[in-house]
Amino acid sequence: MNRAALSSQTGCNPFARVHGDATSRIWTGLTLGSTLVILGILALILGNIAWNGLPGLSFRFLISGADKDMFDVEKAGVLPMIVGTAARVILMSLFVIPIGVVTAIYLNEYAKSTSKLTRFIRAAVNNLAGVPSIVFGLFGLGFFIHFAGGSLDLLLNPKNSEPVWGKPGILWASLTLAVMTMPLVIVATEESLKAITPGLRDASLALGATKLETIRKVVLPQALPGILTGGILAVSRASGEVAPILFTGAAYYMAHYPHSLSDQFMDLGYHVFILSTQSPNIDQTRPILYATVLALLLLTFTLNIMAILLRAKIRKGMRAGH
Amino acid sequence: MKSTAQDPAARWLTVRRGQHRRPWEWVAEKLIFCVALSAIIVVLLIFVFVGKESIPIMFGRTTSAAIQDIIRVEDFDTTSPARLRKYLDLSEQQYKDLDREAKLELMSLKAEAGKEAANDKDARVNTVAWRHLLLPYQWSGYDHPEYIWQPISMIHKYNIIPLLIGSLKATLVALLFAVPISLAAAIYVSQLASPRWREWLKPGIELLAGIPSVVLGFFALLVMATLFQNVFGYESRLNAFVAGIALGLAIIPVVFSIAEDALTSVPASYIQGALALGSTRWQAAWKIVLPAAIPGVFAAVVLGFGRGIGETMVVLMASGNASIMSASLFDSTRTITATIAAELAETVFGEHHYQMLFLLGTLLFAVTFVANMIADQVIHRLKKRMEGKA
Repeated sequence: MNRAALSSQTGCNPFARVHGDATSRIWTGLTLGSTLVILGILALILGNIAWNGLPGLSFRFLISGADKDMFDVEKAGVLPMIVGTAARVILMSLFVIPIGVVTAIYLNEYAKSTSKLTRFIRAAVNNLAGVPSIVFGLFGLGFFIHFAGGSLDLLLNPKNSEPVWGKPGILWASLTLAVMTMPLVIVATEESLKAITPGLRDASLALGATKLETIRKVVLPQALPGILTGGILAVSRASGEVAPILFTGAAYYMAHYPHSLSDQFMDLGYHVFILSTQSPNIDQTRPILYATVLALLLLTFTLNIMAILLRAKIRKGMRAGH
Repeated sequence: MKSTAQDPAARWLTVRRGQHRRPWEWVAEKLIFCVALSAIIVVLLIFVFVGKESIPIMFGRTTSAAIQDIIRVEDFDTTSPARLRKYLDLSEQQYKDLDREAKLELMSLKAEAGKEAANDKDARVNTVAWRHLLLPYQWSGYDHPEYIWQPISMIHKYNIIPLLIGSLKATLVALLFAVPISLAAAIYVSQLASPRWREWLKPGIELLAGIPSVVLGFFALLVMATLFQNVFGYESRLNAFVAGIALGLAIIPVVFSIAEDALTSVPASYIQGALALGSTRWQAAWKIVLPAAIPGVFAAVVLGFGRGIGETMVVLMASGNASIMSASLFDSTRTITATIAAELAETVFGEHHYQMLFLLGTLLFAVTFVANMIADQVIHRLKKRMEGKA
């Protein structure tokens, strides 16, 4: 008797049980179909952008400035936008990573999960993750620029009527983005803190270390990949966001690079918006538009894939650890 | 269930050793606590600083009537400069730069215009009063009462109903497209796919979240709009339908990951029980796992709605941005978010248009806040229940 016949007689062919009768098969096929449609659309978008964008994405395009003629196919470049975007996300990381990590440490190492306050903090974090990006833009304008910036101007040079801080600038844009990406860092850090075996903490305490020393020297080094994941996710998310920086710092055109925290900046995502909505002749400028989109996607996707790989590694370690 | 006494994690929380000898550690721990409160503080600050600007409109303390009481030229010296500046619609810098003669000239011009416009009944309407924000009004020159959003014109018309309908239309299309497809994918990935495939499919779908919304908007504007117009043959190239489908692409990762999370949190014993009784994997997923995880699915839809109604760049680029009252999905529409993004740059700080856009922002924040709160509660309860039964 061969193996196939044996399994059908004894009824223990796992394949038969998994797929079962016709209805089950059809529905399984439909759900598989939906999954493939989503992946197909993703591939279509990426393929379309890569196909149309690659020819325009020359080295010259990446290293030349926008000049006056940002719609000129021959001369246009994206270096000022790349510099602007990089500067604002680096500045943002300086704010968001420390605050996010410390909050996660509190939530995982100090807070009792049953206390009301902890529930409150968690609800606030979840809520922050769901606030529309344009509302962050309004908040940045109302709080950072008019309130914080305005007060700073009054404090530093009350006589000068020309605002220095009370107008859009790279510092305010970065702070707005930091507020927006805080939940990403908190959640990723907490996940990696949870993955550390409690035995490690016990061992450190048993050797006479205090709780804070244990956190600093044992827990945090172990959680580093998770913190890194959170940071990368935040940077990836922030580098593509346009709505929060519309009124807080992005400039349509600037002749020079930002050289002060109160300067405005040009931005890759905002530039995509400008090129696709304000171009005098969309057919002619299509190559630079696609190339700019590709540059932006390369930036956010490389970061995103890095974060996904890192996270997968942490989860594997977590499963092995328990 | 875990008992607290044996749980090493619970023991760790109560460790307080060595604090008396090291005061700086006590300080550092208090500092950690303070930083942890930042999330709550930020949410409150958003509430205060976005809400603050819209308070004058909310409580009817601002007026946008095109002509207000005329200040006579003779009264120039008896009126306060602040009032005059407001009356003449000048910024502080402009007011300072003009000399007395120019200001008097402006005042007489304004008085004359006021006399002419006095016959126009619309000019006296305070368009930011609540009834004009929500109810239709019979503007002169129109056949019947209408809902109109038209802030840049002689009479600033601020009816928010067209924007509300625009936002809801685009979000509805997005949900109708995104929810079934991402739910089906979540069922497949969490219940039916083999573990090896699962490891590839899940991050693959979540990659969609890595596409910035400005790129989705660009794709909708350049590729999808033309494609859909050729296929369906409607008139307006940019409309609620195109914007809605593109918005759906932004929502899919949200609905998918939350639904997938909820489905995965159902204990394996449920599935094993069903399989042992002879059901197929699909039957177990559909009849056992999905009903158990239905609150999570609900939360996923609610969060997807919040994300959709708050998304800006996609609708700004793909919806056409004409504030028309129409039930058709194939007409150009203007959403709340796109209105804020497109108009805020043109407003003057503190003026009624500026306050109006902040009012829209407050409305948006309130809607998403409620959606988040509901979803948060639902997920929290679901997690608790699932852990209790595991």
